[in-house]
Amino acid sequence: MRLVLSEDQELLAKTATDFVAEKSPVQRVRALRDAGDPDGFSRALLKEMGELGWLGIPFSEALGGAELGMAEVCVVLEALGRGLVPEPYLSSVLLAGGALRHAGSEVQQQAWLPRVCAGEAVLALAQQEPSSRFDLHRVESSAKREGDGFRLDGEKIAVLDGAAAEALVVVARSEGSADARTGISLFLVPADAPGLRVVPQSRVDSRNAARIRFENVSLSADALLGAEGEGLSVLERVVDEAAVGLSAEMLGSMSEAFERTLAYLKDRTQFGVPIGSFQALKHRAADLFVEIELCRSAVMAAARALDEGGEDAPRLVSLAKARCSEAAIQVANEAVQMHGGIGMTDEHEIGFFLKRARVAELTLGDANWHRERWALLGGY
Amino acid sequence: MSEHDVFRAELRDWLETAAPQRLRGGAASHEGLEGVWGGQRAVFQLPEQRSWLDACAERGFTAPGWPRAYGGGGLDSGEERVLREEMARLELPPPLMGFGLEMIGPTLLRYGTEAQKQEHIPRIVRGEIRWCQGYSEPDSGSDLASLQTRAVRDGDHFVVNGSKVWTSYGDLSDWIFALVRTDPEAKKQEGITFLLIDMEAPGVSVAPIRLISGKSPFCETRFEDVRVPVENALGEIHGGWTVAKALLNFERGMVGEVFGKSRGSSEKNAEKPKSRLADWARLHGHEEGERVEPRVRDEIARAEMDERAFHLTLQRSRDAARAGHGPGPESSFFKLFGTEINMARHELMVRLAGAQGLGWEGEGYTERDLSLTREWLRSRGNSIEGGTSEIQRNIIAKRVLGLPD
Repeated sequence: MRLVLSEDQELLAKTATDFVAEKSPVQRVRALRDAGDPDGFSRALLKEMGELGWLGIPFSEALGGAELGMAEVCVVLEALGRGLVPEPYLSSVLLAGGALRHAGSEVQQQAWLPRVCAGEAVLALAQQEPSSRFDLHRVESSAKREGDGFRLDGEKIAVLDGAAAEALVVVARSEGSADARTGISLFLVPADAPGLRVVPQSRVDSRNAARIRFENVSLSADALLGAEGEGLSVLERVVDEAAVGLSAEMLGSMSEAFERTLAYLKDRTQFGVPIGSFQALKHRAADLFVEIELCRSAVMAAARALDEGGEDAPRLVSLAKARCSEAAIQVANEAVQMHGGIGMTDEHEIGFFLKRARVAELTLGDANWHRERWALLGGY
Repeated sequence: MSEHDVFRAELRDWLETAAPQRLRGGAASHEGLEGVWGGQRAVFQLPEQRSWLDACAERGFTAPGWPRAYGGGGLDSGEERVLREEMARLELPPPLMGFGLEMIGPTLLRYGTEAQKQEHIPRIVRGEIRWCQGYSEPDSGSDLASLQTRAVRDGDHFVVNGSKVWTSYGDLSDWIFALVRTDPEAKKQEGITFLLIDMEAPGVSVAPIRLISGKSPFCETRFEDVRVPVENALGEIHGGWTVAKALLNFERGMVGEVFGKSRGSSEKNAEKPKSRLADWARLHGHEEGERVEPRVRDEIARAEMDERAFHLTLQRSRDAARAGHGPGPESSFFKLFGTEINMARHELMVRLAGAQGLGWEGEGYTERDLSLTREWLRSRGNSIEGGTSEIQRNIIAKRVLGLPD
């Protein structure tokens, strides 16, 4: 494993960073929020991202993808994180798209993934439940055999882009008790299936999220994604990939928030001098720099470990997500603090970084959860 | 077959005969062998350490990247990596360590005259001369440039008077590189010269310093009318500050790497995670069924994850620096965080040991318990020596982040 960007990756990073600077400054996020946009993102911009090939990075060429890896996904997501870009990448490409990529039949893949790559379709993963916290095996939603197919009941929360998705990958229990590691199955369910109710959630980062209830939703046998009862290992793989992707996004956001704060420290004058000359602030800025450097190493290593199939990949994923979760909040808190009063105003953009950092921290496992996983994987 | 494959094959043949059986397989750490620091008063705990040093020195493998002309290995960065890998494969100890290789050697190669390089580099490579560092003074710590050891010109010599503190292993060293004031009228950074001083010279005396952890390698080194030839100035006369800063970067890089090594071979651990901290916790009763108790395991995970992230950052820095540049301001990052995690690990181990972590000497404690107490106390100095953590933060703020003075 080499922790450097290749020439191609450097180029991708530059293209993506330029794209974000030009097409998606943070003020676009504000405009979407203020307009109360029901999607919370732009479908036109999503298609542009599809045309640039970014949505297809992890998918095979036969499906319209680029057949690259998590290292490239992270390069793009870091750039998107700089602009707090809200288009559905994590949800559609990595989570639901990842489930299809790892477990879908050829028919299922062909039906959805070319359109996901093109940015024409949005998918979402309905996994988290009111009492599951971040544990992937705690699934109460049930999928009972009914004729040739299944009957789905249950409730999901925090479904990312759930209010915009055309279809959902739903995690449900086809067997076993509520916290058994076996008996978990994945289903591909159209969002307009009878008995499925989507309630948009208004969250602090103003991105798209939903609570989704399933009552007596009838599924045919071909809705099953992968082998019955063996969904957990697929889910773990997919969530690992998405957790690294989200960590890369956080890395981009924290880098941007930090650079904006540094600029402010050099620009803002009090007591007749730039406030960045005060040691009380310098030392904290240096500590943030250290944190961000550590995050970058962890993200790069985790992405490469997943791409190379390293045995250590799950631990490195947890390292990246734990580190980024804490650093993103630390950087955002300090960014607001160092901006002083203006940082507390809605008019200033730095608050958007704090809000997104909090949501990202509490998505796909927070730092405590990932430290606990590190310990478990380490045998203690 | 690539060029490096040929080199690797040759290297394996050579190691087969040159590497003493007794030092293979991590024997150095199992037997608690100390590193070999060389010098006229060198102590070898095993005769194999001596033969391993001589074998490596003959090929320049004690300083694999240094030019052959001065006795170095003349290896390129790829070959150096192969050498590291092959030595790691046999789990061999480094043949030689110390300030000569890590600090004054690289600085001599950058700033030394041809004569200075010819005189000193080969002797460093062969481990014949042990070096110590004369920077800090009783009244000049973080504000190093305020140093007051005076060197007054007298013909072809400087006459040196003053005192240096924290000269690690001053009592075992042969030469000292020291910062001295040659122009008391100039601005403080501009009147300093970097001098190479033979500690056998009349007027040099060394006294050990006792630390909170007990005895220590630190000394105070005094100079009373010590005559040093003018040609022993490294770099420009009055231009020693530039040389001093370059050397500090080498030092911080080294310190970071040293602390980074505390978790052992990272590649190996990566394949089969085994937690020494968790074993330590269990040994001291922090168990809960199959697992370590929750609060403790969270602390252990945090410590291990900090260390892993630090190692990955070291690796990223090495991967990025393949072009061959010397360490820049990022060495402050490694010094700052590397020392922090080493200190945190010792804190955690003492707390996990509970009452057993409090022993100073005598019965009722294992060797490990007692050494832990001393190591913990000693580790408190990590964030002070080689530039305090506060100074490192200043450097990062200024040189990396561009914040104003």
